[in-house]
Amino acid sequence: MQNENSQINSEAKKRKAHLGKLVSVDPRSPKKGPVTIMMTDGVLIPKKDTHVFNSWRTTFFGSILLLVVLVVFKPEPYLKIFQVCASGIPVTFECTIFAILGAIVIGLFCGLGSVSKHVVLNRISGVYVELIRGIPLLVQLIFIYYALGKLAHIEGMAAAIVSMAICFGAYMGEIVRSGIQAIPKGQMEAAIALGMSRTQAFVNVILPQAVKIILPSIGNEFISMLKDSSLVSTIALSDILRRGREYISRTFLSLETMLVVALIYLIITLMLSRLVGLMEERLSSNG
Amino acid sequence: MAKEKIRIENVCKTYEGKSEVKAVRNATLSVKEGEVVVIIGPSGSGKSTLLRSVNKLEFITSGKIFIDEYEVSSPSCDIRKVRENVGMVFQSFNLFPHLSVLQNITIAPMKVKHMERKAAEAKAMELLFRVGLAEKAKAYPNQLSGGQQQRVAIARALAMDPAIMLFDEPTSALDPEMIKEVLDVMISLAQSGMTMLIVTHEMGFARAAADRVVFMDGGEIIEQGSPSDLFDHPANPRTQTFFEHIL
Repeated sequence: MQNENSQINSEAKKRKAHLGKLVSVDPRSPKKGPVTIMMTDGVLIPKKDTHVFNSWRTTFFGSILLLVVLVVFKPEPYLKIFQVCASGIPVTFECTIFAILGAIVIGLFCGLGSVSKHVVLNRISGVYVELIRGIPLLVQLIFIYYALGKLAHIEGMAAAIVSMAICFGAYMGEIVRSGIQAIPKGQMEAAIALGMSRTQAFVNVILPQAVKIILPSIGNEFISMLKDSSLVSTIALSDILRRGREYISRTFLSLETMLVVALIYLIITLMLSRLVGLMEERLSSNG
Repeated sequence: MAKEKIRIENVCKTYEGKSEVKAVRNATLSVKEGEVVVIIGPSGSGKSTLLRSVNKLEFITSGKIFIDEYEVSSPSCDIRKVRENVGMVFQSFNLFPHLSVLQNITIAPMKVKHMERKAAEAKAMELLFRVGLAEKAKAYPNQLSGGQQQRVAIARALAMDPAIMLFDEPTSALDPEMIKEVLDVMISLAQSGMTMLIVTHEMGFARAAADRVVFMDGGEIIEQGSPSDLFDHPANPRTQTFFEHIL
């Protein structure tokens, strides 16, 4: 037992390989000798699902398989539907990427504002966040879209990007704020005790650490923006959903089209969430 | 007589809140050039608060604090200039985790004093050599033991060429076997003639390295004197009780 303990403490990799061999307290596990309750340097959190058929893989490859089967074995009407809808993918991505860049810029200012001691800046970002969070996304999007059309005469893609950026900027601001506040107070103290100004300390010490913390959240925000960009399609964009709906209005194949639309979104989102997961792992592994 | 480096005059610090806490009451203390002053006392006696007010990490409620001729406590004082000259070592090290050991040490000289990278790095290596960690220059703080991190933190503070060093319980977060390596660095620093104001619970260190020991309790400076006077013949009953409890 003692041997096992010291082995466990040795290395994380070994631990992974070793865990399988340990007698667990799970009643369903096959009994191998006396039951051992492990004492390690941490709680035995259930390991990540490393099984070949984990839920991500099941969903991801399942949806790809379904899509391929549909297109190959029932090209009429699925091939046509797929072609129509897939042509909206670049539009969805273009809108999402530009919108998240805008949201990051707004979010940075908003996040800085909400940690600022400057009362006016603090109130402005506070009110902005409260306002945005209190109104349904679809209502905001439509409102800003028409407001932009009235005030600045920008329409279509640009308007969609701006309205998404404004809406998601508030959430991004909260992410930035939480990232900044997650940095221990001692970091700022150490930096200013060395003679740095608060701005220098912020740029050189706080922000680089905060970015590392909030990167996965920004990735997740990107995914939810990508999905929510479908809301904009109701007013402006000819994205995946819009093209599907147009196709339905021509052919009345509503169920088939929506199935393909859903599968396309699902596959994109799963790919991205996997990327975010990998990024998270990499960031946590090197400090 | 040596020049006075730090002068603390009738300093009070009150934390406002639901219940007012008087962390420091009427503290008066001076530290001369090259002097090593150790502040001891039970937890919550205001030692750290007093130390942190010297470089204005805490704002005092009343009283005056001078470093050389600058009045740190006055609102018009350019505190950044003072802080450049006052190194500080924290209980929790506070190394910058996203920077390597070398970068931790060079960042302040480069950003604040606009030192060339080459010169800053040469100086950093010299300091790392002095604290016995030259081979760790490329490592990151989380790859170091607590004792090593604290030695890097001392080197980082020294990189600004401070005239005064403040230590806020530098060994309290360390495992017992690592305390010595940090204290050794501090003792050699004291021998080199650095002016030091230290808050610590290491009585052995206070006895060995301090020129003067200050005992604080309940926010007040109760008694001060040479280590042998204070440790062996404490005059005040509160000091006596404190030593009875810990020795």
